[in-house]
Amino acid sequence: MLWLRTWLIGIKSVLLHPMRSLLTVLGIFIGVASVIWLLAIGAGISQKAQEQIEGLGADNIIVRSVKPAKAPDGSTSFILPYGLLRADYDILVETIPTIRGALPIREMRREVRYGQRELLARVVGCTPEYADITQLEIDRGHFVSDAELQLEQNHCVLASNVVDTLFPYEDPIGRRIYLPEAQDYYKIVGILKYRAPTAAIGGSLAAQDFSQDVYIPITTLRRRLGDTVVVRRGGSREGETVELNQITLQVDDIANVMKTADLVQQTLDRRHSKLEDVAVIVPKELLEQAETTRVMFMVFMGVIASISLLVGGIGIMNIMLATVMERTREIGVRRALGASRSNIVLQFLIETTVLSVAGGLAGILGGAFCPYAVNGLRQILTSYASDLISTLPQLV
Amino acid sequence: MQLAARIHELTKDYVLKGETVRALRGISLEIPAGDCVAIMGPSGSGKSTLLNLIGCLDRPTSGCLQLGDDDVSSMDDSQLSRIRASRIGFVFQSYNLIAQLNVLENIEVPLYYRGRITRHERSRCRELADMVGLSDRLKHRPQQLSGGQQQRVAIARSLANDPDFILADEPTGNLDTQTTEDILDLLGNLHRAGKTIIIVTHEKEVAARARRIIRLLDGRIDESLVQ
Repeated sequence: MLWLRTWLIGIKSVLLHPMRSLLTVLGIFIGVASVIWLLAIGAGISQKAQEQIEGLGADNIIVRSVKPAKAPDGSTSFILPYGLLRADYDILVETIPTIRGALPIREMRREVRYGQRELLARVVGCTPEYADITQLEIDRGHFVSDAELQLEQNHCVLASNVVDTLFPYEDPIGRRIYLPEAQDYYKIVGILKYRAPTAAIGGSLAAQDFSQDVYIPITTLRRRLGDTVVVRRGGSREGETVELNQITLQVDDIANVMKTADLVQQTLDRRHSKLEDVAVIVPKELLEQAETTRVMFMVFMGVIASISLLVGGIGIMNIMLATVMERTREIGVRRALGASRSNIVLQFLIETTVLSVAGGLAGILGGAFCPYAVNGLRQILTSYASDLISTLPQLV
Repeated sequence: MQLAARIHELTKDYVLKGETVRALRGISLEIPAGDCVAIMGPSGSGKSTLLNLIGCLDRPTSGCLQLGDDDVSSMDDSQLSRIRASRIGFVFQSYNLIAQLNVLENIEVPLYYRGRITRHERSRCRELADMVGLSDRLKHRPQQLSGGQQQRVAIARSLANDPDFILADEPTGNLDTQTTEDILDLLGNLHRAGKTIIIVTHEKEVAARARRIIRLLDGRIDESLVQ
């Protein structure tokens, strides 16, 4: 057969009815573009939902020091050493490749004073990343910085409740608070916005209140406060030595959390076989929720895609049917002039293909345009109703 | 004498809304090569049905239809298409040119369905347009031509594949007297050039030009006249 000629005639025939062809192409364009748009927006929302779940800590494994029920046999000292060691931290970070980041924390209860006012605060030795992970927001000043960490400076960042109690009238930035037990002053470099206590999620993550915290570089805490805490209790003295209270391990992908947790557990079991003083906490509920959300969105997007395709397909079918009906006479004439059934079918297939390819390409271009359109729309809406828009997730 | 078509006891039934219409009830006819036959008769007598069967547009219910040496009545759809493409030229009452093609392209359509188009065939199509007097309108669209001109394009088209038969279904039904004369002259020339021509018509003047007139009535041959 004369393929080239057949194609040329098909294209020519399409061009001879510009209006009809244009409408057909428009129909296909809208079908294809809407599928792409809906899927893109769906994917954007799905990703945002996943991120929010991750924000709750679904990709975090928390390793905590746990005070053992009894002292190890043969211990004579009244000071009990237990829990995570700095060496554990190094080994975990160096040996497990799926760990993206690790945050060591040492916390202790300490009295803090400013002038006549005092408060029992939770002094948290941490690294600069701690603010991101726990979603602490700076109100003024800055959080613990890398330089302060390196130089082991006695700087601190106060949570909102501490500020309210110690500095009801003054501006705390630049002033010093006093820790009587350590006999030491700390310069205030930043204060935090109020952060609501986190709720306990299922059984795996305990509730946490951030409002009574004083954050200092973990290196400063080690140098100035030390690992050992001695508490007077009912006349006797009890002490404990803990290097790290908690290590928050960030896993590179939600899918790797369980595997990584197993590895962490095995590594720590070997190193802490004498005492059961370490617990590995995996956010199971969050992982399950993330999985459920993912599956839900997949089903949702599949349904949307199939409905759009069905609607688009029916549209194209109708247009083509109308075309064929309209041209019954031409088909009859061509048949009389010697065209076989396959000649006719081929002719219409080619015309349809030309229209579909044109519409499809236009649709894909339209789909690629989606992010710009959505962002433009977002900007317009933001200028009119910013409160409403700020609650919407970022797309694509 | 060589036979162009041999028809024996040909019948054709249509089923319309569950009712069987017997359009042809047994036609037997022999058409020698190079003959010019006019088929007449009142409407509903089966003229067009007979022409469609000879033109391989339709298959008979029973009976035998031979074109040359081929038994057409037993062929399948694609074989019939091939016969139409190579051996039959149609001329219709309403011209039936393809609106989106120009004059020359319309003339070339039958060649296209026969397979390859050679340069020689393409130049022959120009000659055909010249023959029907339209060499100055090759690029015109059908709707830019008068009825007579359109019918002349249709005749040129029917000749493009150099067929044995020219089948004309009321070719002058939509034309005025003068144009009818022109078209009939054209068909007469083709007859003299050796084509077998079969014309279905109502008009006595048209039939008068044929060598033989066959009258149909209720699906049977009523009268066969040789002039």
